[in-house]
Amino acid sequence: MKCEICKAQEASVHLTQVMDGEVKKLHMCEDCARKGGINIENPVSISDLLLGLGKEEPVEEAPAAPDRACPVCHLRQADFRKTGRLGCPECYAAFATELAPLLRQMHRRDHHVGRTPGAVPGGVSPAEEAAAVQEALDRAVADERFEEAARLRDRLLALRQRIAAGSPAAPEARP
Amino acid sequence: MNVGDLLRQPHLWACGAGEDGIAASSRVRLARNLRGHAFPDWAGEDENLRVWRTLEPVLRALPSMQGSVSAANEAMTDLDRQILVERHLSSREHARKGRGSGIVLRADERLAVMVNEEDHLRMQSLECGLRLHEVWERMEALDREFEERIACAFSPRLGYLTACPTNVGTGLRASVMLHVPGLVLMEEMAPVVNGIQKLGLAVRGLWGEGTEAVGNMFQISNQMTLGAREEDLVGDLDRLVREVIDHERNARARLMRSRETVVRDHVGRALGILGHAHVLTSNETLSHLSALRLGIELGIVERLDRATVDALLLLTQPAHIQRAAGRPLGPRERDEARARLVRERLGEPPRRRRVRKTKA
Ligand SMILES: [Zn+2]
Ligand SMILES: [Zn+2]
Repeated sequence: MKCEICKAQEASVHLTQVMDGEVKKLHMCEDCARKGGINIENPVSISDLLLGLGKEEPVEEAPAAPDRACPVCHLRQADFRKTGRLGCPECYAAFATELAPLLRQMHRRDHHVGRTPGAVPGGVSPAEEAAAVQEALDRAVADERFEEAARLRDRLLALRQRIAAGSPAAPEARP
Repeated sequence: MNVGDLLRQPHLWACGAGEDGIAASSRVRLARNLRGHAFPDWAGEDENLRVWRTLEPVLRALPSMQGSVSAANEAMTDLDRQILVERHLSSREHARKGRGSGIVLRADERLAVMVNEEDHLRMQSLECGLRLHEVWERMEALDREFEERIACAFSPRLGYLTACPTNVGTGLRASVMLHVPGLVLMEEMAPVVNGIQKLGLAVRGLWGEGTEAVGNMFQISNQMTLGAREEDLVGDLDRLVREVIDHERNARARLMRSRETVVRDHVGRALGILGHAHVLTSNETLSHLSALRLGIELGIVERLDRATVDALLLLTQPAHIQRAAGRPLGPRERDEARARLVRERLGEPPRRRRVRKTKA
């Protein structure tokens, strides 16, 4: 089988991933896999590869400013495409638009529902969390993901109750 | 750290627990990063070194990490780093890193923290057998202790922020290592792998590639990290693994009903080769040890126990072989040393052998 990327060499790296309920397979040679930033010994996902391979042919975003950089760590979009790795925590905000479709492909949902840092200095207050849930709720409604929207609404109500009760677990809750 | 100290203790795998040994080990790892610091691959060596020097004492002082040892990568030999990989305490990627990376691990190997691998912290909790919930509880306790002291990079919307977006959210990867020779021998592993992948989980051979896993050891893990609670990720995996274990039990039962002689032959040949060969490659050893492990679990081989086989699965890997020899060995020397070790542990009971030898 020939590599699907360069169509020249024999494919020896085979990636399989389930995306949106569909099984996608990608066969490529070691060189192309490496260029795509794939760890051949432990391939992670097709999405990783797509991230890395978009160099000449961008995956799906608008031809916006070609080489934006993270204001904090100065990682450029091109660097991210090359390695599939971000430079610092702030990169998530800097490249939010580009990351959103990727995150939706890779994960179950596009927002976090797991643990949050507890009473850590700078941890997340219910107010901050509520703002984020509200944002996610608006998106879910706009995208007509109603099941998710219903769940988010319940969560938002619970958070508002906590805020109203002045949750002792969240000393930094904003008024 | 003294990796040599680790070598002297039996590995977790060889704990002998787990009713039928199909689930060899359970693991949960969390990816965490420090707020306000570039991720390890983008930060320079100097910054990585500062992070390591900050984190190392903090980690060692955590209540969960009492009795831990630590080592900077550059203070370890290549062989030591490889030993940690073979014991599943470190990753290949981490082993390749130099100055600025390091590891802190509890002497019982149940908790280990890689510093400056792909993320600032890769914390893992490991246990033999199928004990995902226990492993997760221990992991969560460590995470809480850590968070009381150091602020992690976290976004209310995206959760814990990681260098690679594939880990963002919970940063959690739970995995179970399964020994499934029954499914492989009955040629039923491919559909099982397919089903697991359709559920959005990842499955790969621990040794070798894809469904052609050498030694019939497969690792199943969650892929998605964002958008589900940690308990659900762990619980989903636990349920799936139990299903696979049931399939394996069925496959073994059918195997014994329909091809008992073939199975006995397979196991007997494996025991014969392991007990008498003088040159053993790594892959050959893994395949035969897998057959032997199956034979023990099916009651075909009675004079050996699973812990002996599990210990050999670890001790016959390249870095462990060389560590035992006390020097680096070429591939051929390794194969000879491996065969010697296996013969010693599996061969005829020592008393009878000695009698034979003294004849000369
Ligand atoms: Zn190619
Ligand atoms: Zn950045």
